[in-house]
Amino acid sequence: MDFQDYKDIWVFIEEKDGVIAPVSLELLGAGRKLADKRASNLAGVLIGENVKNLASTIFEYGADIVYVYDQPIFKHYRTESFMKALLDCSNKYKPEIILYGATSTGKDLASAVATDLPTGLTADTTELDVEEETGLLLASRPAFGGNIMATILCKKYRPQMATVRAKVMKALTPVRGRMGKVIEENIALAEEDIRTKVLEIVKETTKKVRIDEADIIVAGGKGLGSAEGFQIIHRLAETLGGVVGASRDVVEAGWVPHAHQVGQAGVTVTPKIYFAIGISGAIQHIVGMKNSGLIIAINKDSEAPIFESCHYGIVGDAFEIVPILIEEFKNALTREEVSHVREV
Amino acid sequence: MSEKFDAIVVGAGPAGISCAHDLAKGGANVLLIERGEYPGSKNVMGGVLYRKMMEDIIPEFYKEAPLERPIVEQRFMMMEKESALTFSYKGLEWAKEPYNNFTVLRAKFDQWFADKAVQQGAILINETVVLECIVEDGRVVGVRTDRPDGDVYADVVVLADGVNSLLAQSLGFHKEYKPNEVALATMEVLKLDKKIIEDRFNLEDNQGCTIELFGDATKGIVGTGFLYTNKDTLSLGVGTLLSGLIKHKIKPYELLEYVKNHPMIRPYIQGSEPQEYLAHLIPEGGYNSMGKIVGDGVIVIGDASQLVNAIHREGSNLAMTSGRLAAETVLLAKEAGDFSERMLDHYRVKLLDGFVGQDMKKYKDSTHHFEKFPQYFEQYIPMVNRAASQMFTVDGSSKWEKQKKIMKDLGSTKEKFKLARDIYRAWKVVK
Amino acid sequence: MLHIVACIKQVPDTKIIKMNPKTNTMDRRTAPAILNPYDAHAVEEAVRIRNRYGGTVSVVTMGPPPAVKAIKKCIEIGADEGYLITDRRFAGADTLATSYAVTKAIEKISKTNPVDLIICGKMSIDGDTGQVGPGIARRLDIPPLTSVNKVVEVNQEKGYAIVHRKFEDGHEVVQSTLPCLLSVEKTINEVPYSTFPNMLKAAKYEPYIWSVDDLEDVDIKQLGLKGSPTIVSKVWTPSKPEGGTIFEGNAKEQVEQLLSIILEKKELFTVKEES
Repeated sequence: MDFQDYKDIWVFIEEKDGVIAPVSLELLGAGRKLADKRASNLAGVLIGENVKNLASTIFEYGADIVYVYDQPIFKHYRTESFMKALLDCSNKYKPEIILYGATSTGKDLASAVATDLPTGLTADTTELDVEEETGLLLASRPAFGGNIMATILCKKYRPQMATVRAKVMKALTPVRGRMGKVIEENIALAEEDIRTKVLEIVKETTKKVRIDEADIIVAGGKGLGSAEGFQIIHRLAETLGGVVGASRDVVEAGWVPHAHQVGQAGVTVTPKIYFAIGISGAIQHIVGMKNSGLIIAINKDSEAPIFESCHYGIVGDAFEIVPILIEEFKNALTREEVSHVREV
Repeated sequence: MSEKFDAIVVGAGPAGISCAHDLAKGGANVLLIERGEYPGSKNVMGGVLYRKMMEDIIPEFYKEAPLERPIVEQRFMMMEKESALTFSYKGLEWAKEPYNNFTVLRAKFDQWFADKAVQQGAILINETVVLECIVEDGRVVGVRTDRPDGDVYADVVVLADGVNSLLAQSLGFHKEYKPNEVALATMEVLKLDKKIIEDRFNLEDNQGCTIELFGDATKGIVGTGFLYTNKDTLSLGVGTLLSGLIKHKIKPYELLEYVKNHPMIRPYIQGSEPQEYLAHLIPEGGYNSMGKIVGDGVIVIGDASQLVNAIHREGSNLAMTSGRLAAETVLLAKEAGDFSERMLDHYRVKLLDGFVGQDMKKYKDSTHHFEKFPQYFEQYIPMVNRAASQMFTVDGSSKWEKQKKIMKDLGSTKEKFKLARDIYRAWKVVK
Repeated sequence: MLHIVACIKQVPDTKIIKMNPKTNTMDRRTAPAILNPYDAHAVEEAVRIRNRYGGTVSVVTMGPPPAVKAIKKCIEIGADEGYLITDRRFAGADTLATSYAVTKAIEKISKTNPVDLIICGKMSIDGDTGQVGPGIARRLDIPPLTSVNKVVEVNQEKGYAIVHRKFEDGHEVVQSTLPCLLSVEKTINEVPYSTFPNMLKAAKYEPYIWSVDDLEDVDIKQLGLKGSPTIVSKVWTPSKPEGGTIFEGNAKEQVEQLLSIILEKKELFTVKEES
């Protein structure tokens, strides 16, 4: 394998219903930095049906090249069809690095592509860098239960691949009218070649918790002792008009559903205010909330690592502090008539 | 359930494992049921394993068992608030094979021991709770577990389910123990660098030390404390009669905190990190508290039969020996095809004739004696500390004067008489 | 009769693993080994499908000899057979080398009883990648279906399966040819308390134990550390952030200070007016 043949940084562009997934735009931002460091091109790989028109957006967010596979067979994401397109593209144009969002689709596709190439794949990366001289990708992620970071390398294979967590990288401010090169590709792939069929797509109509979109998150951890103890989190969230978040332990203990889990194995969040109550602050949790605007920690244990990752902290018993906070907050609202926004 | 076993042993502690091991070795089809995640997961035995009784079950076990340190020194500390009178024996004959006894961490050791029983052919089932004995025509014929389709049958059921043996209780073998028949032991495993342990306790590699604590370790409540050296941890604990805790309104963990901060103990454990905290009931009633231990198709062994020698803290020894004797009896019964109470009574006879019963009988009054006369712990230990302090403090007064002062400290003639009587009594119960 | 293979892993229990707070590293000795919780759901789903259509559930794992315990746990759940591949040459495998070795085991199992369906857990709690399942599917050249939270139908006669694949905002109903590989979400089922007969069976069960030499057509270069393209170059504790301001005073005073900070962001708080 001659590494000289492999150049450029690629981002797999995830698209659904004509909209690019935010994580793909974030990866273009991260990929741009890597490409600049390597003095190479940043490319987006776009696979779908009627997706060509998205290329301009991809350029605006930093790409120099967009490879497009725009065929009816790509109407729905399917591992086999998408994998074949990406393998085709990779074998033809030989990228140095391919990045995917660590979404269900991104992880599914990356795992399959890595096996067929074959090459190494690092999952759920939270930090990316590249060696300027060698092009070696330094992909870092929380490891071993989430309390330490590990940097993972793929020295002997190209391309190097990683899936990257949503919301940990920053998208660039789009530059209107920024242009690049569109390379249209086509592969001969018949419906009969694909062994899976999407029969139906069902959107959940029930309103689901979307903690990644909330402005205020009140998250609780194992320190609250029990599902009953966790109720104060619900009460505070309700008072503040926020949503409930939770650490991994709490979700695994079954106090709240998985949709509330913040962290490496859950959702990465960036609210304006994040409360961490009774959460010790394992790295796997921290990576999921460290970009929040204002982080407030309440914990009995003054040694808890969470206090190193917060803006403001209270060392104390949540069962004493939170009820006072709820009370005082209500008082403050009525007293100051804080910006009453009338809801009609 | 179609399968029937020769024996079901309930509880995989030292007693249950010993019994299952020897039964399987003797060719019996034996099922061992443990409620914890694995054997040892719920066990907090003081941490000393006696070589002799273990070797009766597995010869030369020390060549492969996960042991912490062979004990080469045993210290006894009579503690006061700011002083302690210590005596000790250290002998290097204990540092080599076949050794005398060892410190162990039960969680590791019991797993290994249970594996040995499984290798002999015992079937071990974890995470399963036995709800009750199945009794037919007054005979125990099996057990009911908390699992779906959970009834299982056997010729003999051996109850080794610990001090609170609800199973033996539900058979009417004994009443619920009174607070003065059980001790509550709380203990912490403290992580400390191996080298530091060896320096602080004056040990070489693969040598261990045990310190038994009396007096202020338990704030004068009847009971003892202990500090044992493991490889790179220390076991520190206190055990007191439940009745004493109730009387003095002290919570067990408060007592443990007290010992940890005691100026005589603190230097030993300084800089260590607590790893685990455990609490456990220990039967202390002795011979007098023993209820019925044999019935038709059923035998009670170990802590479940209140088998602890309160003075010498050798519960796990007695437990293992009782397990071994129960296995012998069941194998005999199997041969005879007779599992009646009369047949199984061999176990009771062997137990009480052997050292277990002898010791139990000999020390039968000890716990109650000390409980009835708390002055041993409340007055006499402080007194010997004062005496020692008098003797060893160099202040210019002559030894003769010092002895006079000590005698004065012992109180009036009437009190001296009482002291002499108490010393005699104590000697009688423990000798 | 269906033959379903569940791929499982024995992992250290990261939930009760003890951390050394000073070095922030894991004290691995204290971590008991357990069946990866995600895999319990994979085995349970396999057992349910077998109970519905008839057949056999085999579990396969790669790991050190004590991984027999994880296999026994699967027998408790209701699996019929277990296969452990264990060999020093497997050590140090990343996801690519792991999927290679497990595939070789499945190929061998298939020789005596062809496999119709393979089920994996979503991911392992120690590796957290979820890459091995799809890797096995690619190596066997069968369709991988990830994020499965419901199995609607398995039709051996007509050779297809229909499942639900969960998405961030819903699910899709997918049909695949058989054999295929499913990696399943935890929400797909609840693992019930095992029955006593299953416990007994597990206690007595002895799995097949294979070394590299028992497998066929193995390219040694693709195994273990040698066959792993990724390497962990360093493990580090991230530079600690500055740390925040800790409020002083009693509970009430602390809350007051906190409140003054929160209320600076008053635009966030909407108050519903009761009319």
